[in-house]
Amino acid sequence: MLYTLLCYHDEAVTTAWSEDEDAAVMEKLETVHQRWADRLRPVVRLMPTSAATTLRKSDDVVLDGPFAETKEQLLGFYLLEADTLETALAFARDLAQANPGGAYEVRPVMAYYPDRTAPDDAAAG
Amino acid sequence: MPPPADPAWIEARLVAARPRAVAALLRYFRDLDLAEEAFQEACLRALRAWPEKGPPRDAEGWLIMVGRNAALDQVRRRAKLTGLPDEAAISDREDVEPALAERLDAADYRDDILRLLFICCHPELPATQQIALALRIVSGLSVRQIARAFLVGERAMEQRITRAKARIAKADVPFETPGAPERAARLAAVKTMIYLVFNEGYTDADPAGERAAFCAEAIRLARLLLRMFPGEPELMGLLALMLLQHSRQAARFDGDGLPVLLEDQDRTLWNRAAIDEALALVDKAMRHRQPGRYQIQAAIAAVHARAARPEDTDWAGIDRLYAALEDHAPSPVVTLNRAVAVSKLHGPRAALDMIAPLAEPLDGYFYFHGLRGALLDRLDRADEAREAFGRAIALAGTAAEAAHIRQHLDRLSAENGAAS
Repeated sequence: MLYTLLCYHDEAVTTAWSEDEDAAVMEKLETVHQRWADRLRPVVRLMPTSAATTLRKSDDVVLDGPFAETKEQLLGFYLLEADTLETALAFARDLAQANPGGAYEVRPVMAYYPDRTAPDDAAAG
Repeated sequence: MPPPADPAWIEARLVAARPRAVAALLRYFRDLDLAEEAFQEACLRALRAWPEKGPPRDAEGWLIMVGRNAALDQVRRRAKLTGLPDEAAISDREDVEPALAERLDAADYRDDILRLLFICCHPELPATQQIALALRIVSGLSVRQIARAFLVGERAMEQRITRAKARIAKADVPFETPGAPERAARLAAVKTMIYLVFNEGYTDADPAGERAAFCAEAIRLARLLLRMFPGEPELMGLLALMLLQHSRQAARFDGDGLPVLLEDQDRTLWNRAAIDEALALVDKAMRHRQPGRYQIQAAIAAVHARAARPEDTDWAGIDRLYAALEDHAPSPVVTLNRAVAVSKLHGPRAALDMIAPLAEPLDGYFYFHGLRGALLDRLDRADEAREAFGRAIALAGTAAEAAHIRQHLDRLSAENGAAS
């Protein structure tokens, strides 16, 4: 069976890391990823919340920024290959038709397997 | 998980907390020096307390509270020594010590940080001083780091910063919560200043130099602002523009430190994550349909970023975007840049015609003569090309720029020699 680990941290801190500090953290994580490589599926790093857009499903309103309510719970997520935000939002709207209520936060991510191949490379190539 | 007492983590937490904490303390004390001292003191106490007890959950709130109390103690002590009525020295408000939490609601918080950035943009301060102030006050870079980046002595930079602070202390810093037009004006000034910080780092020919860190700092400040003002398309545009320019950092200079033209860069060295973040921001901004110069410039950079190879570049798209930029923020430099797209679409002749009227306004501009030389060169007008390249070299701002043009001249001479 598959588990997901959702990573939380203070973004003010992580975006204040210098590029060297960021690389150092990623390198330490990489060592751990290698230890768990046979069990790991894609590793996903979300871009900062400033790159996020949220579709509020009840009234089909697109808001700038991340999903900020606390009364809803995170129930799932999708990885989608899309060249533009519009394509990603079109998918979100399509889903919203099938399953109204709540919201979709749309955010670009970096994704890669522990052996450094990227899922989107495979899709593109 | 790193232990909570990890010194590197504490250091990062303090750096991250600085803009908000100093901004809140500035509103409280209405005195920049006092606010900075208060934050400094709070950091010292954090370095003593946090390794043992672990950092508090709300680190910023802790630093603001501890800094405020420490500074109040100090103000009272000073007041006793000089015999001044103490409360008057603290604030001109009557309610000197209400519950601090009340003063730190979310709306204030974003206006606090905006104010802190805005006071660095005093119009009478030259650009370099605005940059130095922002890096010192908001980012918390040391005077030494800033001095090294500007190639001046530490004492000289210290004096410059002190003078600049004295200047803004005399200016009327508005502490009331700004209205919408005032807020928009502040945001515009702050965006310009952040881009100045970025460019100070970007134009540095030495990618490993002190100033390279300015680019990352400008990006951090823009992200911070955008988290507080999430619906500002021009802020998205500015952040996207800086991310796209910075994404090419590893490819912009060759082994000898000479600049590599966009079309000659190894695109596999471009930072894909920065590009993806920027493309999402450009798309987000476009949805607002309120074009602005940063958004358009970002959109132009995005066209380049989307092209896997130089020959895949959508030059027609770039031409259209430059036309929009000419409408929005007309300048001879914009037209000059558009001419590059025109040369790709319609050839050197059309581009040369386009830049002919720019000869006067851009007579002292390196890139004008550089581009003119390159276009003349392509039209096999070698003598005129040589003359234009000669003018460019005379105007080159850096040795790298001059060396780049010299390559053209050397080649022209070589071809001339071969022909004759």
